Amino acid sequence: MTADWTSLLFGKLTLEAIPYHEPILVVTFIGVAIGGLAVLGALTYFRLWGYLWKEWFTSIDHKKIGIMYIVFAIIMLLRGFADALMMRFQQAIAFNGHEGYFPPHHYDQIFTAHGVIMIFFVAMPFVTGLMNFVVPLQIGARDVSFPFLNNFSFWMTVAGGIIVMISLFVGEFAKTGWLAYPPLSDIAYSPDVGVDYYIWGLQVAGIGTLLSGVNLIATILKMRAPGMSMMKMPVFTWTAFCTNILIVASFPVLTAVLALLTLDRYVGTHFFTNTDGGSAMLYVNLIWIWGHPEVYILVLPVFGVFSEVVSTFSAKRLFGYTSMVYATCVITILSYIVWLHHFFTMGSGASVNSFFGITTMIISIPTGAKMFNWLFTMYHGRIRYEVSMLWTIGFMVTFVIGGMTGVLLAVPPADFVLHNSLFLIAHFHNVIIGGVVFGVFAGINFWFPKAFGFRLNAFWGKMSFWFWLIGFYFAFMPLYVLGLMGVTRRMSQFEDPSLQIWFIIAAFGAFLILLGIGSFIIQIGYSIWKRDELRDETGDPWNGRTLEWSTSSPPPAYNFAFTPVVHEVDQWWFMKSNGYRRPLSGFIPIHMPKNTGTGAILGALSVVFGFAMVWHIWWLAIVSFVAIIATTIHHTFNYNRDFYIPADEVAAVEARRTQMLPAE
Amino acid sequence: MRPETKMLSRAGLIAALALPLASCNMVVMSPSGDIATQQRDLIVISTILMLLIVVPVIFLTLLFAWRYRQTNKTAKYDPEWHHSTRLEVVIWSAPLAIIIALGSITWISTHTLDPYRPLDRISAEQPLAADHKPLTVEVVALDWKWLFIYPELGIASVNELAAPVDTPIRFKITSASVMNSFYIPALAGQIYAMAGMETKLHAVINKPGEYEGFSANYSGAGFSHMRFKFHGLDQAGFDKWVADVKGSGQALDKATYMQLEKPSIKEPVHHYATTDSSLYSAIVDMCVEPGKMCMSEMMAMDKGLICRIPEPTTAAREEKAIRPAT
Amino acid sequence: MSANTSHNAQPSGELTFYLREEHHPEQSTMLGFWIYLMSDCLIFAILFATYAVLGHSFAGGPDAKELFDLKLVAINTAMLLFSSITYGFAMLEMEKGNKGLMLSWMVVTFFFGACFLGIELYEFHHLIGEGAGPWRSAFLSSFFTLVGTHGLHVTCGLVWMAVLMVQMNKLGITAANKRRMMTLSMFWHFLDVIWIGVFSFVYLMGVL
Repeated sequence: MTADWTSLLFGKLTLEAIPYHEPILVVTFIGVAIGGLAVLGALTYFRLWGYLWKEWFTSIDHKKIGIMYIVFAIIMLLRGFADALMMRFQQAIAFNGHEGYFPPHHYDQIFTAHGVIMIFFVAMPFVTGLMNFVVPLQIGARDVSFPFLNNFSFWMTVAGGIIVMISLFVGEFAKTGWLAYPPLSDIAYSPDVGVDYYIWGLQVAGIGTLLSGVNLIATILKMRAPGMSMMKMPVFTWTAFCTNILIVASFPVLTAVLALLTLDRYVGTHFFTNTDGGSAMLYVNLIWIWGHPEVYILVLPVFGVFSEVVSTFSAKRLFGYTSMVYATCVITILSYIVWLHHFFTMGSGASVNSFFGITTMIISIPTGAKMFNWLFTMYHGRIRYEVSMLWTIGFMVTFVIGGMTGVLLAVPPADFVLHNSLFLIAHFHNVIIGGVVFGVFAGINFWFPKAFGFRLNAFWGKMSFWFWLIGFYFAFMPLYVLGLMGVTRRMSQFEDPSLQIWFIIAAFGAFLILLGIGSFIIQIGYSIWKRDELRDETGDPWNGRTLEWSTSSPPPAYNFAFTPVVHEVDQWWFMKSNGYRRPLSGFIPIHMPKNTGTGAILGALSVVFGFAMVWHIWWLAIVSFVAIIATTIHHTFNYNRDFYIPADEVAAVEARRTQMLPAE
Repeated sequence: MRPETKMLSRAGLIAALALPLASCNMVVMSPSGDIATQQRDLIVISTILMLLIVVPVIFLTLLFAWRYRQTNKTAKYDPEWHHSTRLEVVIWSAPLAIIIALGSITWISTHTLDPYRPLDRISAEQPLAADHKPLTVEVVALDWKWLFIYPELGIASVNELAAPVDTPIRFKITSASVMNSFYIPALAGQIYAMAGMETKLHAVINKPGEYEGFSANYSGAGFSHMRFKFHGLDQAGFDKWVADVKGSGQALDKATYMQLEKPSIKEPVHHYATTDSSLYSAIVDMCVEPGKMCMSEMMAMDKGLICRIPEPTTAAREEKAIRPAT
Repeated sequence: MSANTSHNAQPSGELTFYLREEHHPEQSTMLGFWIYLMSDCLIFAILFATYAVLGHSFAGGPDAKELFDLKLVAINTAMLLFSSITYGFAMLEMEKGNKGLMLSWMVVTFFFGACFLGIELYEFHHLIGEGAGPWRSAFLSSFFTLVGTHGLHVTCGLVWMAVLMVQMNKLGITAANKRRMMTLSMFWHFLDVIWIGVFSFVYLMGVL
């Protein structure tokens, strides 16, 4: 009787689900709890809750949302990297019958969580954050097309991240690898809640990603300043545009395929089961139809970042703008016809395999063209080695190596011997760290002064760069070697003692990267401390080229007092060299959207809903779902969503800036 | 074509070994089977082809980064230079040329090294005699061990595989549970093992020796130990191995298999002197368990080839968890 | 854009770098909603593809010919198509500014939509009663999911329509409400198009 009653009330959730018998998790929990309480206490003590809620959480300002995305990504990076360190540590010691620190059921969760978190909750929010912050400024807009939707998207992404994080302390995470291939992820082989956490975390975050994609496409198509034709858009905006097209045209596939997996697990359907006509191969195909474009979703925006950085710090126009744009579009289209290269070994015919192998290689042509374009932008330039530029050079050298091993893996017979090996792991970390991570750091160092009005400290930035770069080579070159020695990924224990030295070198590399991340955190903290020395009052610290550098740092809520009129790709450079004078009078009221808490509330309700679904607490799932619908409907009854910033206020803000700027 | 290939691969190997890697055993780069050797050659050739463009790019990056540094006032500075049709043609066509070369190699090698294609040679030096019959091995991936059935010899073994050198081996591969990947790096590339399906691999081992085999696709808790030894033996050695297996006395029938199928980790090597000849096809058909309908039968029904017997539907939803919750 | 903002045509020859008046970008709602619909369409594309792959895996269970009752589905289709026409009438009345008639047409639309859902639920209930639930075979899994996802969209459309009727009644035909009416119109017709796909691809091809 009591059993019935508790299962009605708590679903599958029992006290056993709390891993108090796992010392590592208990210590982590205590650490997180103390840290969390300290932060919460500080917020309360300094009375920051009201400020955070009013100025940030409910903000529909694209700049603040962009910053919140990046803060979220940094927090998740720490979690994802902790997983990475644990894996490197485990693999460095689990030899000669030594079990290491993690039994398989724990280790398998760690590598799954590492992949999921790094892709969905680190790389994605990093690039989404950059696009959110930069795109409206680059196209001379006041905000995105749908400011409320933007806030909602952010909170859904956070909600997904929270659902994944809860699995650390309540229950467990998936033990299936980051793409959760069935039949292993089916209820028959993974009866625990891990895969459910995976599914609901990604579904909730996926809604946010999709809507932010819709939002940015509409923004880029409809909100550009007058005079900015498509071929006068800054390259970063172009790459953001292509990325969001990829998001909108691929995330629905992920949503659908995860929904089918959900039905298999919750309803007992037979989409991917071994029995009754299901086909696991269908899942593998569908998930990679999303998965391959996803790689380009991450890497295209950072190609845009590098383009901006390399031309700014070479003080020179970008070489081959047109071919850069076409290369981006070609990559966008091609990324949809290469998915099968992730499973050449599934037994497709030779013609199918070679088709997908060759289409994959073709992508390297536009990518190669981009590489040359950056190269010839540097040619006859005047290169300043600010931190962003260092990241760019590091990227150019590292990424071509990753690209080369990628093309090697696209040769099907070569893939047969390298697939699923540590060579593959080395390859994709080579392009994701060497490409996406380096690009994100270049972007953060580049646009930080725009966001906050002071530069980041260069010394700690350089420390961070060198630790990351050297650490990367130490951590992943050994994995290439191990791959050629026939070592497979996702192993928690090894028998051959001759492998150990390579894993120890890799662990040392991971330690260097830890120092790199530490330096980055120090860089931010130190820069905040020394912000007055690093202050930039011009709004244009790097002698920039595009419109975001024409306004103040940080930009006012309305971005531009007057909407710019565009003549050139490098509009700000053009304005500076053609006698632009900042307007000092004639300000007009500016139409702006109002803040709203609905996005944050919907996000919180989604966490509750996801949690209830994971643990089969049906009453709570129903209640939270109804609450989500009710909140949404309630929001539609709010017609009072915008207001005007009075001309006086605009004039006051602009006058303050005039005082700061040196007299012309 | 072949001598050049060899020379290229030698050159590549020397380049690779010049690094302080000589001490470690890079099995992928020095395999013992003809198929894996050809795959190795392909890796070397592709890498050299790509280095033709990668090395100049890295060199130019570092050169330009150094030469056009801000402090070097002697270098030319031209802030408006941003287009050159001639350069554009070069930067698009140089990668294109490499990819055309690599694409042709890919097309040809993917067809010649298709794992489903029967071998046409024993090694580069030795053609395949017309009457040289291949050895068939049926491979079943179980949780978490490998079962090898030799249908022609009527024997089977768990976590141990043996084959005579210079004899084509025809693997028929399936899985009894989740997806695995059958991989012996010294012999040939991997191929997935999937339940209810059969994949194929043709390969040959040219040097006698003891090689590592394992699952290369993560399959759950016992994955790290899902390994076996592959013995490449001369004919006499192989005959002796077969005789040993036959002498083990154990029989592999469906009941024994049902026991074997249960999940286990670090399963010791053991042999079966006789096997039920219908076992492998029943595994692929997923109907070893008595009373289970075979997939082939189901499909025939679905196509309307045979009539359906009415069956109770209420029980259909019950699906047993195959694995205990760990 | 007024004359003094079209920069290149300035007679003085001096470059204009900014607009002196408030810039009103075009409304993006229709475009944004259209992009969303296309992504939704992709979900249906995946479900159709899944049905195409698994639609003949009956697992020894009943097949399409035995299960589908074309007459019922034809009535169902008629319901949805009628609802689309009546929605069109509601749009016409909205353009005329005729709130009362518009609302009545919306009620009719709602009624047809609800009938469609009712018939679909009856069909599902009937199939499950016959032992042909979504857990019976891969064919039935993909059938229920494809048709059910469409039904779920219709349900959302109905909720939306009910809310919009309340809002129209309360605030009248304002610009904001008009925009909502138009996006719902796109959504509703989109569901029609999907249904025609379902009807021909699943039901007709299954039975014929």
